[in-house]
Amino acid sequence: MILLITVTLLAIAASTIKDSKKTLLGIRKGMKMFIGILPAMLNILILVSIFLYLVPGPVLARWLGQGSGFTGITIAGLLGSVSLIPGFIAFPMAAILLKSGVSYSVIAVFVTTLMMVGIITLPLEAKYFGMRVAILRNVLSFVGAIIIGLLVGAFI
Amino acid sequence: MKKYITRIAESEYIIIVLFGIVLLISRFLHMSFTSGISHNFWMFFIEMITFLPFMFILIGLIDVWFPREKVEKHIGHEAGIKGTMWVILLAMFQAGPLYGAFPIAHLLWKKGSSIRNIFIYLGAFATIKIPMLTFEVGFLGWKFSLLRTLFTLPVFIAIALLMELYLKNKQFEVKQP
Repeated sequence: MILLITVTLLAIAASTIKDSKKTLLGIRKGMKMFIGILPAMLNILILVSIFLYLVPGPVLARWLGQGSGFTGITIAGLLGSVSLIPGFIAFPMAAILLKSGVSYSVIAVFVTTLMMVGIITLPLEAKYFGMRVAILRNVLSFVGAIIIGLLVGAFI
Repeated sequence: MKKYITRIAESEYIIIVLFGIVLLISRFLHMSFTSGISHNFWMFFIEMITFLPFMFILIGLIDVWFPREKVEKHIGHEAGIKGTMWVILLAMFQAGPLYGAFPIAHLLWKKGSSIRNIFIYLGAFATIKIPMLTFEVGFLGWKFSLLRTLFTLPVFIAIALLMELYLKNKQFEVKQP
């Protein structure tokens, strides 16, 4: 967190020296994006707060934690495949879940399937590539995401 | 008044407003079950609000200093490894959900990109966009993001190679619906 703030401040400084107008434009662009996602972010924070209150830590850890094994990975993969959560919201959510006892491999599988697999957008994808190709890409991506998750979990 | 209520009810603020009301009421009535929830909420909220603005400023600065038009010029002209590198670079400077990449995949197809590069583009777009990586590093840390990127790269390249192998002798095209 301190690293991020330092990097941002350094970037602002360097950018201002080079072109202060462009810097202002960039800051304004960034703040606009921030305000744009704020309501969605607050909604997710509320839902996660309620969820984590209702599901106590030990239960969460049993289903999605270190020892959850393939059950946790499967739950994460399926959830990630059917959800349509933008990364701006998925990563903060993942950070909270991580602190609440969910394992790294489960988080990696969830995040990767969220990015690469889209069951809900499958009909749209089929319009561009054809149904067979769309399904194949999603199935391969699902398998790939599980492999990525297991590797991240093993190396972290 | 009624107009404002319906406007809030239809907006994305409805959950936030309801949540606030419930917290207020339960505080007056001294109900304990919401205190755990509000404790969670404030803890997460303070953490987000302190560093999200910095993160978005950084993303905004990246956006103005690295215009994607510069990369777009190279697409379609370069073949082989070089073409693949440009496609990955182009994907990294995009933003938004994966379905936003499909129209661009169609453009790449029209410009003469190989099947492999089209699927590499989709893979890179899905997993290693720079704004997204900034977020990932901020929330999940360097180690996680680096490992995930390191393992994801070969995986989506392998998927693209498999797709090319499968589609090589079929009449594949990327349509514009």
